[in-house]
Amino acid sequence: MSIIAKETEIVEEFAMFEDWTEKYEYIIDLGRSLPLIDKELKTEEHLIKGCQSQVWLDAAFDGEKVQFRADSDAQIPKGIVSLLVRVLSDETPEEIVNTPLSFIEKIGLKEHLSPTRANGLVSMVNQMKMHALAFQHK
Amino acid sequence: MKTKEEVRVTQIHFDVEEVRKDFPVLHQQVNGHPLVYLDNGATAQKPLQVIEAISDYYRRYNANIHRGVHHLSQLATQTYEDAREEVRSFLNAKETAEIVFTSGTTDGINLVANTYARMVLRSGDEVLISAMEHHANIVPWQMICEQTGAILRVIPISDDGEWIMDEALNMISGATKIVSVMHVSNALGTINPIEKIIEAAHAVDARVMIDGAQALPHFEVDLQQLDCDFYVFSGHKISAPTGIGILFGKKELLQKMPPWKGGGDMIKEVSFAKTTYAETPLKFEAGTPNIEGAVAMAEGIRYWRKLNHHELQLHEQSLLEYATSELMKLPGMRIYGRAKHKVPVVSFLIDGLHPYDVGFILDRNGIAVRTGHHCAQPLMDFYGIPGTVRASFAFYNTHQEVDLLIKALKQAIKMLS
Repeated sequence: MSIIAKETEIVEEFAMFEDWTEKYEYIIDLGRSLPLIDKELKTEEHLIKGCQSQVWLDAAFDGEKVQFRADSDAQIPKGIVSLLVRVLSDETPEEIVNTPLSFIEKIGLKEHLSPTRANGLVSMVNQMKMHALAFQHK
Repeated sequence: MKTKEEVRVTQIHFDVEEVRKDFPVLHQQVNGHPLVYLDNGATAQKPLQVIEAISDYYRRYNANIHRGVHHLSQLATQTYEDAREEVRSFLNAKETAEIVFTSGTTDGINLVANTYARMVLRSGDEVLISAMEHHANIVPWQMICEQTGAILRVIPISDDGEWIMDEALNMISGATKIVSVMHVSNALGTINPIEKIIEAAHAVDARVMIDGAQALPHFEVDLQQLDCDFYVFSGHKISAPTGIGILFGKKELLQKMPPWKGGGDMIKEVSFAKTTYAETPLKFEAGTPNIEGAVAMAEGIRYWRKLNHHELQLHEQSLLEYATSELMKLPGMRIYGRAKHKVPVVSFLIDGLHPYDVGFILDRNGIAVRTGHHCAQPLMDFYGIPGTVRASFAFYNTHQEVDLLIKALKQAIKMLS
């Protein structure tokens, strides 16, 4: 499934929610089902430090597609992290680098990616693209 | 002289609903809920009187000060210097020469570190701070110690968030040259026993700087009685604008200190061969100062002094006790900072819940709190936590707002557990 198709799927899922509590309960649930990053990978090297919460990100490349694994110490960022992993994983480096993400804004979560939230998510999106860029030139 | 009874009768009873009318920002909806502003430790809201003082300055007499013979400049200079006198009287300093306008607490600490400290510190001398300091009272000292070879020592604290006084007093010795500690902890609310530290430091001829940023929003200080050598605070924590603050210094020290920043307004005479400096306090106020900030700060102080402080403190303590007891009823609640003497600040964590998530759900309910490390990472390390949720109250907060906080926290617990 392409990045855009996955984004459309997520936007449809979120259209069902009537208020913010339903939406965030779902995000918190998503965070709980995110496959955890291995303990050994929770190192400084994989850490994206925010002032308020932090995110760990690992990227693997099999020569064709990129797989991301990630985690956060806070539940709401972790749910959003799981959406980003779902959209960008199992894609080629070219697609990851070249497709601008629009679903975060469409499902009303843009505020979490604002630099003022200081939760590490903005840097995480950049970092995912940087990994893809590095794989592209391998 | 008035009897106690007469004083009590002539003062207006502290009426929180009446006081709230002076703060326009409080009367708004956030995310569909009435705003509950519990982030006063970060910055306080401003009463109409202060907002109007800023507007009035620009409408009537904006001009540069200490420079012009024209009417507006005279008026601006007079109002700026009146503001200095208002601050002097507020702090009960001996004279206005002891009151330096700065951009805030951080600026004041850096000024003293870069002038007085640089002048006196020699390799092996000691600077004493405490384990609960704000980064603003840690980093400037680390920098100056690195440059001079002085040693930074740290007063340890107890689990309740109080200085361990025996150890603190033992750490003060002939090697101690400067003690710089906070009057009230921003992260924990502890009111520190600074009187004992000042006395002990003076006994070994060390100078003491007090960071009063979190004290003055809650109680008045008498600097002649305290007898500290330097006292710094920020205007914006006490209903004045941001970007203005005060450094109080004893005159004999300020006179000995070299200027820090060079420029206009701080000089007596300039030639390429030699420049002589103005007297304190102008020696430390290079460049065009924050005139509007000084004027509005004086108005904020006038507003603050009109309040009935006895009633105000009873109100704030009642908010603190009520918030603490209601919070303790929640499952998994841990309060950081359980000192005997506290301002109305409650820092807490709920087991298994991240401060970011709690802060976000509170915001959805219109409640503003601070989450994170509160610029006190060493203190958070002491407790072994990344940060807390901090509800910091002001005199315009109400008991009903505590109820709204508790209700929203119950929702956060339900959603996040």
